[in-house]
Amino acid sequence: MSWKITFLQQIVEADIFVKSTQISPHIELCQIDDSHWQQIAQIAKANQLRWAAGFAVQSGEQFHVHACFERKGAYLLFRTTINGAKPQLPSQATVYAAANRSERHTHDLFGIEFLQHPDSRGWTRHQAWGRHEYPLRHDFSVTGTPAEITPPDTSYHFVEAHGVGVYEIPVGPVHAGIIEPGHFRFQAVGELILNLEERLGYVHKGIEKIAEGRTPEGLAKLAGRVSGDTTVSHTWAACMAMEHAAGVEIPRRAALIRGIFAERERIANHLGDIGAICNDVAFTFAFMQMMRLKELWCRTNYELFGHRFLMDKIVAGGVNIDINDAAGKFMLIEIEDLRVELAQIIPAIDLSSSLEDRIYTAGYLSPQTAELFGTLGFVGRASGQNFDVRRDAPYAPYENVKVKVPLETQGDIASRFWVRYKEINASLKLIEQFIAQLELLPEGDLLAPWTIPDNGSFGLGIVEGWRGEIITYVEFGRNNVISRFYPRDPSQVNWEPLEKAVLNNIVPDFPVCNKSFNCSYSGSDL
Amino acid sequence: MFDIFKKIVTTGIVTETYKAAYDEELATLGIEIKHRIDKQFSGSLAIRQVDAGSCNGCELEIHALNNPFYDVERFGIHFVASPRHADILLVTGVVSRHMQTALLRTYEATPDPKWVIAMGDCATCGGEFGTSYASCGAVSNVIPVDMTISGCPPTPLVLLKSLLSLMEK
Repeated sequence: MSWKITFLQQIVEADIFVKSTQISPHIELCQIDDSHWQQIAQIAKANQLRWAAGFAVQSGEQFHVHACFERKGAYLLFRTTINGAKPQLPSQATVYAAANRSERHTHDLFGIEFLQHPDSRGWTRHQAWGRHEYPLRHDFSVTGTPAEITPPDTSYHFVEAHGVGVYEIPVGPVHAGIIEPGHFRFQAVGELILNLEERLGYVHKGIEKIAEGRTPEGLAKLAGRVSGDTTVSHTWAACMAMEHAAGVEIPRRAALIRGIFAERERIANHLGDIGAICNDVAFTFAFMQMMRLKELWCRTNYELFGHRFLMDKIVAGGVNIDINDAAGKFMLIEIEDLRVELAQIIPAIDLSSSLEDRIYTAGYLSPQTAELFGTLGFVGRASGQNFDVRRDAPYAPYENVKVKVPLETQGDIASRFWVRYKEINASLKLIEQFIAQLELLPEGDLLAPWTIPDNGSFGLGIVEGWRGEIITYVEFGRNNVISRFYPRDPSQVNWEPLEKAVLNNIVPDFPVCNKSFNCSYSGSDL
Repeated sequence: MFDIFKKIVTTGIVTETYKAAYDEELATLGIEIKHRIDKQFSGSLAIRQVDAGSCNGCELEIHALNNPFYDVERFGIHFVASPRHADILLVTGVVSRHMQTALLRTYEATPDPKWVIAMGDCATCGGEFGTSYASCGAVSNVIPVDMTISGCPPTPLVLLKSLLSLMEK
């Protein structure tokens, strides 16, 4: 923790008063004055802290604005309070690129102005509500006052390029495949991509707003639908935050079951992604084989636990389904089968020179760029970002198992392919260990008694979802009711590095580059 | 190359047999059909999928239809890249207000005769998200719907049976 001492020393030397409290083993809350908001970011950057998340909370006539930083598994949650009459704050996006869209999101939904922000355009708001209306303020009703038909947003000013032979390709929001909606604006010469700009926000469903007033059960259900492919991990993060706020500790058995579910989710998605990457370069053999394995995996979820993606199995205080001995044994056999299958398929894929030709060196994200944006998960780890919440800020049940974190530095599509494959193997080992531990515990101890949290108590849930670190903030109002919910999906961070990774690639390679990142639109738009 | 052929041969054919749902079965599977597809279109259906505001859970299950177990194309059902090539719009999610115009334009771009399937609880009745400042709720609030498939998300089995039941025999 020596970096923390140096960091806090520098803050004191800069005459910044910090009131700090350790709120959980890995998280420290630091309250500062709003005038130092940007300066804190500068000192954080100089000390190599990663900007992890930013969000606001309304409290009466004031706003509490938060920025979460991380280094070596220790989190610092900075909080400042600003006046609601003219809410303004110096921007941290001038220091951290990762804060850019997050601050624009906070602006669109709270009306907090971030001074000197490098980009004055909106982000999440298109035309569904007025320019001077802010949905997450308490005086904005959940129904709003929408027009009969919400017009398209034609005012967004994209970056333009001029020159001989330069042309533009607008793509979306409705894409050609079976994927989520979003808009991509390419500037290209011939086949070469000169610039890509993403325009998201199309699937903004008001998740943060409709979370208000929910019970813990209701919030767990909603969190499970922030991004459908990450249903386990998002529910887990939200429940962890609620448990943190309520001071509830879940039974060991429940933690192990959550761990098994989260690793099963990781494996299912990685299997699908490896197949889909191959499909995007027309390598059908690998696609069909991996989709077959994923289907078998999902069927096991359905047979043992009643849902193919394990939705709504995690609840505040624990889990609502047990894993008995028979189910554990079934999963162990399945793991062995999967290993045999992969040992046959992966070498066959690896020997394919045409696949190699397409995925090596393509979609290159340099370790420097990855670091600049605080890139998360397998995308970050394929570009040398050696971070995994499960290892670096472990939470139950990961504290007493060895979590192997595969790392690559090549930063291309192939690296993201191989990191996924290695993560499947690591996850299989974790599941085996969790099942072994489960056998030593009595069946049925799944749920801790719930304590109603005090009005205003808050919690932070940080877990490693299959895409990477998820940070979820939950605050309670009176009578066990949620007053604020903010889930930071890793995609919110990873979308911007994609813009950089596709530069100098050819337009026809965009789908496979995009697939190798596989960011969530829903988890990003909220 | 030899490894690939060996794996293909040893894997064999995993494709399963599926039939359309009986009329009595429809309700238990959460399927509601308002208008069936005319006989002359049966056996060759082009589907354009539109995510109007889903969590992407439904998309995963639509993807599964193309895996070798379900192999939807053997029934003459295929997914196309443009609404202009489509007979059916398969819409998932609540319709977010930011997607409302895009969905209306996609609907207009689909040539007649066309059918709309609302897939999943969100598209069917608003699901977990409902109607709000950001969401128009169910798909039928925005465009006419011919069939609904509930479930969160509906399994590929239910989805496949629904598509087969939609066609008049």
